[in-house]
Amino acid sequence: MLDLSKYQSVGAALKDALDQFAAEVCLIESDREREKERLTYREFKQRAHPLAKALQDTGFNAGDRVAIIMTNQSKWLISAYAIFYCGGVLVPLDYKLTPEEQWQLLLHSSSSVLITEYPIWRQLAASPLRNSATNLKTVLVTEAPPNADLSGAVRWEEFRSNSEPAFVPRQRSDVATIVYSSGTGGRPKGCMMTHENYLQQCIALTSIYPFAPGFRYLSILPTNHAIDFMVGFFGPFICGASVVHLRTLRPEYVREAFPKYKITYVSLVPLVLKNLQRGLQARFDALPPGKRKIFNALVAVNKALTKNHPRPGLSRRLLKQVHEGFGGELRAIIVGGAFTEPQTLQFFYDLGIPVANGYGLTEAGTAITVNDLKPFRADTVGKPLPGMEVRILNPDSEGIGEISVRSKTVMSGYLNEPELTAETIVDGWLMTGDLGRFDSAGHLQLSGRKKNMIVTEEGKNIYPEDIEAAFESLPVKEFCIFAANYIWPQRSMIGEQLVLVLHLEQGQTLSDELRREISARNSRLLNYKRVHGLVLVNEDFPRTASLKTKRNILAERLAQSDRASAILPL
Amino acid sequence: MRTIDQTTQEVLVLASKHFQVPAQSLAPDDDFFRKLGINSLQALELLSRLENHFGIELPDYEVQGVSDFRTLASRIQSRL
Repeated sequence: MLDLSKYQSVGAALKDALDQFAAEVCLIESDREREKERLTYREFKQRAHPLAKALQDTGFNAGDRVAIIMTNQSKWLISAYAIFYCGGVLVPLDYKLTPEEQWQLLLHSSSSVLITEYPIWRQLAASPLRNSATNLKTVLVTEAPPNADLSGAVRWEEFRSNSEPAFVPRQRSDVATIVYSSGTGGRPKGCMMTHENYLQQCIALTSIYPFAPGFRYLSILPTNHAIDFMVGFFGPFICGASVVHLRTLRPEYVREAFPKYKITYVSLVPLVLKNLQRGLQARFDALPPGKRKIFNALVAVNKALTKNHPRPGLSRRLLKQVHEGFGGELRAIIVGGAFTEPQTLQFFYDLGIPVANGYGLTEAGTAITVNDLKPFRADTVGKPLPGMEVRILNPDSEGIGEISVRSKTVMSGYLNEPELTAETIVDGWLMTGDLGRFDSAGHLQLSGRKKNMIVTEEGKNIYPEDIEAAFESLPVKEFCIFAANYIWPQRSMIGEQLVLVLHLEQGQTLSDELRREISARNSRLLNYKRVHGLVLVNEDFPRTASLKTKRNILAERLAQSDRASAILPL
Repeated sequence: MRTIDQTTQEVLVLASKHFQVPAQSLAPDDDFFRKLGINSLQALELLSRLENHFGIELPDYEVQGVSDFRTLASRIQSRL
C-alpha cells in the first residue's frame, strides 16, 4: 500500500499506484458469463492518459468540474482517473435518477463536461431541460452503436490524444469531488469533498480492512455512492488490488461472480444482504434431516470457536460448502447505507462470514464507525475509525444524543449553500442529525433520527429503529416504524405514538393471523415501547439507488393521508 | 416472427407464472412493481426468465426506468 501521508491529492496517489503496481490486474469487467475486459494497472494508464490529454486539449483547467453518469464499469474508473490527473473536480451522479433530476444536478454543479453511457445520454438528450444546461461544453458517450444519433455528444472511445498529458497537481485542501448526498429530498446537497478527506478516510479504512495485490473487490453498489468510490476504487487502487465489475446485476450472475473471481470483499446494502440470507436459509432448510443436523452442529462449533474473533481458515474448513459458494476467499461483506438487523449480521457471522457493518454518511467522508470484529458485535455499528472524534451532544439519561463528528474526513461544505453548511458544521463539528450513544466498550449504538422519535408519558425517549428489531422477519413485504408526529406533525408533546407502517405482499391481507403475530411481538416489548397503530401502504417504499429507504419521502407520502383514518388500531 | 401484441401477452403470462398471480389480473399498462408488489431484485429475476424464454439478452440499461409490461415487451421485441 502506498504511504498516503506523503501525498497531496487523490490524483497524485493514483498516478503512483499505476506505476508501482503496473503488472497487477486492476480491473476485470464481466458481462454475464463473458469476461469483457481485464486490465493491468499499466493498461489502465494507457487507456486513461489519451483521454486526459484530449481533455486538456479542449482547454480544460484545474478545478473544472466533470460529471460522470455511468453504471459500474471500467470506463467509469478510467474517466475518473483522467479527471483527477488533469486537476479536475469529479461530480459522480446517480445513474438511476430521472433525466430531469440529472439535469438539475448537472446545472447545480456547473459541470462543464459530462461523461456518460449512450443509453443514458439518449434519455438526457431528449429531456426538455437539456437547453437549460448552458454550462455543459462537452459530452462524451461510451459504447454508442455505430450509426447512433449522438445529439451533439462525442464518442468516448474516439476522444483521445496520443501525446503525453501534463499532470496537474492539487493541494489537500482543494475540492476533489462534489457528491450529492442521497435521501435528502428538496434542494440538492452537493458535498464538497477535498483530497484530504479521501486520503485520510482511506488510511483509516484500510487500517482495519486492508487491501493488497491479489485481493478482489466485487463492485455492486453504484460507484457514485461514497462507499463504492472508496472501497471499489480508491482503496483497492492504492493497494494494488483488483476491482471486478459486472455489467449485468442479475442475482444469478452476482452469485456466480463470487466463486468465479474468488472475491475478497463486497459491499452490499441491507436489502441485498437480507436477500442473500433468505436464499442461504432456504438451501439449509432443504437439506435432508440428517445432513441438516450435522450442518447445524458445525455452525454451532464455528460460532463457539469464533466468539472472540473471526478465524477464517477454520470457518472455511468447518463450513466448506458454504464458503466455496462464496469463492472460499471472502474476507468480509461490507454492509452500509442503512440499518442492518442484528439477526442478519449474526446469521453471516455464525457461518464464518464477517459482515463489516458501520455507520457513516457522505458528509463525513464515508465511514465514521466500523465494526472491528474484536469481537464481532451485531448490536452496534462499531467503534470510531482512527482519526475520528465522535461525541454525543446533549445526552439524555440513557446517554443518547445527537452524534457529531470532527475529523479530517469531514466535507468542506455544501456547494452554494453557506447557510446550510453553517447549520451542519458547527465549530468544526459535523452535526449528523442522527442519534446514538456509546456503550461501555466504546461501540456506537444508533438510536434513530433526530426528529423521528417520541417521548412517552413516562418521560422515556423511544426511537423507532430500536423497536424495528422486534418485528424483524415479520411476514410482510417491508415495514418500518415512525413516530406518528414525525409523519403528521403536531404541536402537542402529549400522547405521542409509534406506528408500524406495513407494505403487504401481493395478495396478502391484514389477516387476523398477521394481527396476532404483530400483537405478540409488540407485547414482548416494554409497554412504553409498543407501537399503537398500523398504517398500510400499497406501494414500494421509496429507496435510493443504493436501496436505502427514503424515510423522509415515505413520511411525506403518508402525510398526504388523513391521520385519523390512516392509523388502524392494533 | 412474433407481433408486439403476442410478445406482450407472453410477457404477461410469464410474469403471472413467475409470481403466481392469475394471468387475467395483469394488463399491458400495469406498473409491474406496483401490480406484482415486487422489488428491484425480483424484477431482475423476472428479466432472466424472460431472456431464457425469448432467447435474447436484455442489457440492464435497456430496462433501466422501465416499469410497465408494454414498454418491457417493446424492448424485448426490438431484440427478437
